[in-house]
Amino acid sequence: MSILQGSDLECVRGDRRLFRDINFSLNAGELLQVHGPNGSGKTSLLRMLCGLATPAHGKICWHGTDIRSLKGDYYGAITYLGHLSGVKDDLTAIENLRISSALAGVEIEAKKAHEALQHMGLGGRELLPAKVLSQGQRRRVALARLLVCGTVLWILDEPLAALDSAAVKLMQTLLEQHLGKGGMVVMTTHQEIDITTGATQRLQLT
Amino acid sequence: MSLWVIQRDLLLAMRRRSDVLTTLFFFIIVVSLFPLGVGPEINILRTMAPGVVWVAALLASMLSLGRMFSSDYLDGTLEQMLLSPQSLSMLVLGKALAHWLVTGVPLVLMSPVLGIQYDLSADALLVLTASLLLGTPVLSLIGAIGAALTLGLRGGGVLVSLLVLPLYIPILIFGAGAVEASAAGLGAGAHLSLLGAFLLASLVLAPWATAVSLRISME
Amino acid sequence: MAINWFKYSSPASFYFLAGKMIPLFTIAAIILFAVGLYIGFFVAPTDFQQGEAYRIIFIHVPAAWMSMFLYVIMAIWAGIGLAFNTRLSSMMATAIAPTGAMFTFLALWTGALWGKPMWGTWWVWDARLTSELILLFLYIGFMSLQAAIDDPRRADKAGAVIALVGVVNIPIIYFSVKWWNTLHQGATVSVTQSPKMAATMLTGMLIMSIACWMYAIAVILIRTRTIILERERHTAWVGELRGMAQ
Repeated sequence: MSILQGSDLECVRGDRRLFRDINFSLNAGELLQVHGPNGSGKTSLLRMLCGLATPAHGKICWHGTDIRSLKGDYYGAITYLGHLSGVKDDLTAIENLRISSALAGVEIEAKKAHEALQHMGLGGRELLPAKVLSQGQRRRVALARLLVCGTVLWILDEPLAALDSAAVKLMQTLLEQHLGKGGMVVMTTHQEIDITTGATQRLQLT
Repeated sequence: MSLWVIQRDLLLAMRRRSDVLTTLFFFIIVVSLFPLGVGPEINILRTMAPGVVWVAALLASMLSLGRMFSSDYLDGTLEQMLLSPQSLSMLVLGKALAHWLVTGVPLVLMSPVLGIQYDLSADALLVLTASLLLGTPVLSLIGAIGAALTLGLRGGGVLVSLLVLPLYIPILIFGAGAVEASAAGLGAGAHLSLLGAFLLASLVLAPWATAVSLRISME
Repeated sequence: MAINWFKYSSPASFYFLAGKMIPLFTIAAIILFAVGLYIGFFVAPTDFQQGEAYRIIFIHVPAAWMSMFLYVIMAIWAGIGLAFNTRLSSMMATAIAPTGAMFTFLALWTGALWGKPMWGTWWVWDARLTSELILLFLYIGFMSLQAAIDDPRRADKAGAVIALVGVVNIPIIYFSVKWWNTLHQGATVSVTQSPKMAATMLTGMLIMSIACWMYAIAVILIRTRTIILERERHTAWVGELRGMAQ
């Protein structure tokens, strides 16, 4: 049995049916890339996978159990990064990282947060309030969460948006390391990204 | 526990002190407008004082409800809260308490000064402050439900008042009633115990209803 | 949710069932209103204290009852819709709200009309009138919340939360208003101390109440049918209906 399994998923937004009969299964070390034009329901699918939205039909199982009955246990195993990065303007980069990790159930030391931010190329900017950071830098603050949370499943909605080529490369190694350790990733992206480790599946939404 | 949520919201409030002060000044101005409207006759003012202070506190607390979730909603933090392995009700409780510390407590501290404007006796001032101390957290807790339900809606600010103000009525009645009862020599004990009971009930029920509402609004 | 009867409460089958029931309730309502009003105006004796003015209770009292019953029923349907995710129950709740608000308004209006000859003023801050006014606010809050939300599923669920919170609060509000009222004006005319009611008055009032029920059910069913059509306009069976109509 696969670890994450979606069967017969259907999404309805208002009057429109965005997709139906979506099936996939994901095992340790696998990457699922969701493709599709704007408005095809990529974000809706990812929100369903997190448990933020309920599918109009079908179900999503984690280790064979419906995620709706798992709730907290499942949330502890995933990290979701949506369009909105969840970075507070008035807090510094380091405060942002420490608070968002605490929210995810992992309280981290200032030292560890420093290291993670340094790794994301934000060394020297840890104490700046997020409002003076650029779009790409804020994105990096959000992505730093992936380094410290230690979750198995990453659900990433356009993680490469607003990132420069150096950061894209960094992200690529990060994903490869995660998959190499037996982690799983579900992501949407418009940019092509080369992942060599692990099996990559593609899911096309129309 | 939700202690760090309180800490975070207080930190954010400290970085945006003007928001806190706006609510407080709104409260002071509304209370100060009444004598200008009804005239400076001190006996009338003395009987009106508890009601005026309480209605102003209701309005001030309600006006600041929009801030409780909206900034977290706009920058995506709320999504992360919903996906937290910790209980959402506890997070909500933390946020409501932080809201009370930032908006309710300043009103409580300011109320004796405003009561003096209305020539309230020392006893009445004490009861007024005690009633606000017990009642304002209930306003934040009940208000959280309304704020969660109207999240991201057009005209949410006016809508939240329609939803929440009718629910505030018992608090208004017993809050202002406490002061009048003590002035009439009946003692404010019964009123204050009832306010305490409301506080306990809303501490248990409101965060849960708010958590349900947040999940509904975020879907 | 493996319970079979949820299938029978599908919007499509309910739509046709309601279509058959509406005429029955409408006719019942018309007959009962006619009988009730006849008793109220011509059979019931003139009250020796209040004269002819009291006759407004034949509308006022049933309207006040209905306003409270309907809020509770609305909350129950909305709660069922929230708990079991049954769309039809949520639609019923949405359909009940305007009728409930109408009865609340009617109770207030007739209360004011009755108050003028009785107390010499249109409005008294009497505990019952005040509670009724707050009930109207609760109805308005429910309806405005649902109207402000575009997504019908979110509107259903959000409405259910506010209706349930309201229903928990109604007794608290009622008793606090009552206490407030006794504290402030102990000796005003109270509606409770109504004079001994003649049997014909009671019969008239009961018939009027049943008439109000019939009217409410008919109107709510009509409104539910409209909501079903609106929400299900993209389904096959509504398409067929449209085909038949052309």
